[in-house]
Amino acid sequence: MTAVLDTPTGTPTPPVRTVASRPSPVAAGLTAAQVEELGRRLDAIRDRVVASRGADDAAYIHSVIRKQRYLEIGGRALLFAGVLPPAWVAGTAMLAASKILENMELGHNVMHGQWDWMRDPKIHSTTWEWDNTSPAAAWKYTHNYEHHTYTNVVGRDRDVGYGILRMSDEQPWRPYYLGNPLWNALLATFFQWGVALHDLEAEKIASGEKSLKSIWPQLKAIGRKMRRQFTKDYLVFPALAGPFFLPVLAGNATANLVRNLWSHAIIFCGHFPDGAVQFTEEQLADETRGQWYLRQMLGSANLDGGPLFHLMTGNLSFQIEHHLFPDLPSNRYAEIAPEVRALCAEYGLEYTTGPLWKQYGQVLRTINRLALPPRVAGSPPASR
Amino acid sequence: MFKALVALTTPLLPEDYLSLVDPLWSTTELRGRVVAVRRETARATTLVIRPGRAWTGHRAGQYVRIGVDVDGVRHWRTYSLSGPEGGQDITITVQAVADGLVSRHLVDATPVGTIVRLEPAAGDFVLPSPVPSKLLMITAGSGITPVMSMLRTLGDHPDVVVLHSAPTADGVIFADELRARGAVVRHTGEQGRLDLAELDVRCPDWREREAYVCGPAGLLDAATAHWADHLDRLHVERFTPPARSAGGEGGTVCFGDREVDVDGGASLLEAGEDAGVLLPSGCRMGICFSCVLPLRDGQVRDLRTGEIHGEPGDLVQTCISGATGTARLDLPTT
Ligand SMILES: Cc1cc2nc3c(=O)[nH]c(=O)nc-3n(C[C@H](O)[C@H](O)[C@H](O)COP(=O)(O)OP(=O)(O)OC[C@H]3O[C@@H](n4cnc5c(N)ncnc54)[C@H](O)[C@@H]3O)c2cc1C
Ligand code: FES
Repeated sequence: MTAVLDTPTGTPTPPVRTVASRPSPVAAGLTAAQVEELGRRLDAIRDRVVASRGADDAAYIHSVIRKQRYLEIGGRALLFAGVLPPAWVAGTAMLAASKILENMELGHNVMHGQWDWMRDPKIHSTTWEWDNTSPAAAWKYTHNYEHHTYTNVVGRDRDVGYGILRMSDEQPWRPYYLGNPLWNALLATFFQWGVALHDLEAEKIASGEKSLKSIWPQLKAIGRKMRRQFTKDYLVFPALAGPFFLPVLAGNATANLVRNLWSHAIIFCGHFPDGAVQFTEEQLADETRGQWYLRQMLGSANLDGGPLFHLMTGNLSFQIEHHLFPDLPSNRYAEIAPEVRALCAEYGLEYTTGPLWKQYGQVLRTINRLALPPRVAGSPPASR
Repeated sequence: MFKALVALTTPLLPEDYLSLVDPLWSTTELRGRVVAVRRETARATTLVIRPGRAWTGHRAGQYVRIGVDVDGVRHWRTYSLSGPEGGQDITITVQAVADGLVSRHLVDATPVGTIVRLEPAAGDFVLPSPVPSKLLMITAGSGITPVMSMLRTLGDHPDVVVLHSAPTADGVIFADELRARGAVVRHTGEQGRLDLAELDVRCPDWREREAYVCGPAGLLDAATAHWADHLDRLHVERFTPPARSAGGEGGTVCFGDREVDVDGGASLLEAGEDAGVLLPSGCRMGICFSCVLPLRDGQVRDLRTGEIHGEPGDLVQTCISGATGTARLDLPTT
C-alpha cells in the first residue's frame, strides 16, 4: 500500500503542480482532505465493480477471444484467395481487425491482470503472450509498472516520447527534435517494433545508466519474439499460399501496418491531447493514494464513440477509467465512466474527452510545435 | 510437424484454435465434458464426464481434482470417482454441502455440455492386487463414492460386507444398487450412529478382512482407534475440506521455507522484505501484478477491501495482501 502522507490538514496544498507546458489544473483548488475524499469515493467504485465481477464478464471475454480467433482464421483463409481483389481487401481487413482486437482488447488488458480473477491459466497476466514483437514480460514491466505507476511524469514515464520524441516542454530542445513529426510518422508505421525496442530502454544505455551486457538476455528474448512474428507473417503463411505468395505477404504487411497506425493513434490520444496534464518528478515524492488517483485522472484523456469503436480501441477510449483502475475488466469501464465524469464535475476537475479526429489533431499539433525550440514555437495552447 | 504448426499459430498454440471446434482437443489442459447428469437424492447428483484423450484411467477408489467455473471463477475440488475402472467416461457423485460453493453448483447448476478441467486420477485408497478374498467396507454419507467404484469394479466378489450409513432413507445415495449388492444400510436418524463395537456381532471376522472406511472425520477417527492393533488391514479416505482462515489480521506466512511473522497492517511484500526474503515487486500499490506469488495453502487478506480469500494455486499480489492466520507462498524459481 502507498504510504499516506501527513499533510497538515486544512492547508489548501495544491496536490499537483503541472509542468510549465500545460495549462494549470483546476485541481489546485482542492484541499488535501478533498483529494483523499475523492480517493475514497473512487475506491468505492472499484470495490463495487470487483464485488460484482462474475459469469457475464467471463462470457464477455470468452466471446471476444472466440471472435478474434474466427476473424483471424477467416482473414488468413480469404487472403489465400488474395489474387481476387475483393478477397484480398476483405481478408486484410479481417486480419487487421483481428490483430487490433488481439493486441488491444485482449493482450493489453489480459496482461494488466484484468481477467486474473477468473483463475483461468489460459487468460492470465502471467501466461498471456500476444501477437506483437514486444515480449509480454518486457511489456509488463515498462507498461504496467513504469507507465501506469509514473503516468505522465516527465523523466519517469517513458511513454512520454518513447525515448525518441519530444512530447513535453519539460524535455530540453535539441536540433534532433526538428525531426519530431518525421520520427512520429516512423514510430506510428513501425509501432510494434518501436514498442519492442522501447522496452529495452536503449536511451539508458546511451546515458550509461544501463550496460549493454545487462540488456543482452532481454535483447535475445526480443530477437526471438521478433523472429517468430516475422517468420509467421512474412514467410510461413505466404509460402503456404504457394503461387499467391505476394498477395498474402502484402495482406499480412498491410494488416500489421493498419494495426500499428491505429494503436499508435489510440495510445497517443490517451495522454497527449490538450488538457491532459504532465507532471514533474518532485510531485511524486510522498504521493498519497488520492493524489495518485488525481494524477491519473488529469493525465489521461478519453475518446468519444460507440460500442464498436470502444471495443476496437481495447476500451482505451476510457483511458481515464483505465488509468484509475487498470486491473478492472475492460468491459466495465463504460459502466463507470458516467460516475467518474460526475465526480470530476463535482470536484471541478477537467474530464478530457473528444472524438478521435479532434484529439489526434491536437496530438499532431503538439508534436509539430515541440519540434521547434521554445522561443520559436511559442507557448502551449491555452486550456478551454 | 507440431513445430511447423506452432510457427503458424505463434504466440498461441494450435490447440488454442482447435479448441474452438472441440475444447477437449487441448493438449496442455486436461478437460472433460459433462455428458450425462443423474439425480441420486435431493442433495446428490452423479455427473458422467467424458475426459479428453490424455486421460489415463483410474483405479477403483481413486479421486480426481476437478476445476469448475462458478460465476466466472475457476475453483478446484477433489471428488472420488464413483464408476468402475475402465470405460470411456468417468463419473463423480457429489453431495451438496450446506453453503458449499462448488458442491451446490455441481449438484444443481451443471447442465450436460459443461466443460470442466481435470487432473489425472490419484490416491492410494485402492484395492490391492490380487484382490483379497474377504473385504469389509464401512461408509457414511457421500463417503460411499470411492467404495461404490470398488464394488462396481469387483462385480460379484463372493465375500464383501458393506455397512453404509445415511441420516434418512431418502438421503441414501445409490440406495437401490446398495440393496441389490446386499449392503446393510443404516438410517442414523432413527437407528443412531454405527458403534464399531457392534462389528463383533455384525461381522465377527472383521479382523481378518481388508477394511475400507470412508465418511465423516468422526467415523474415520473411531475406525483408526478400533483397528489400532490391525492398522495394516485398515484403509481410510478423508474428504478433508481445504484449509480456511479463521479470520483476523496478521499471522505467520512461509515464503518458500522462510517463516515470517506478519503484523496486521503489513503487506506480505513488506513483511517478507523486512525479513530479508528476496521478492519480486513493481508498483507496490496493486496495479502492475509484478509481485504475484502462488499460494501453496492457507489464505490471505486483501488490505484494500478486507476480503479474505485464497485457494491453493491462486496467484496472490503480495503488495496488497496481508496475513490472516497461516499461509504458505511459493517463491519464483529463477
Ligand atoms: C479425497 C477426497 C475425495 C472427495 N470425494 C468426494 C465425493 O466423492 N463426493 C463429495 O460430495 N465430496 C467429496 N469430497 C469433498 C469435496 O472435495 C468438497 O470438499 C465438497 O464438495 C465441498 O466443497 P464446496 O466447494 O461445496 O464447499 P466450500 O464452499 O469449500 O465449503 C463450505 C463449507 O463446508 C465445509 N466443508 C467443505 N468440505 C467439507 C467436507 N468434506 N466435510 C465437511 N465440511 C466441509 C467448509 O469448511 C465450509 O465451511 C472429497 C474430498 C476429498 C479430499
Ligand atoms: S507490486 Fe505492483 S501489483 Fe504488487
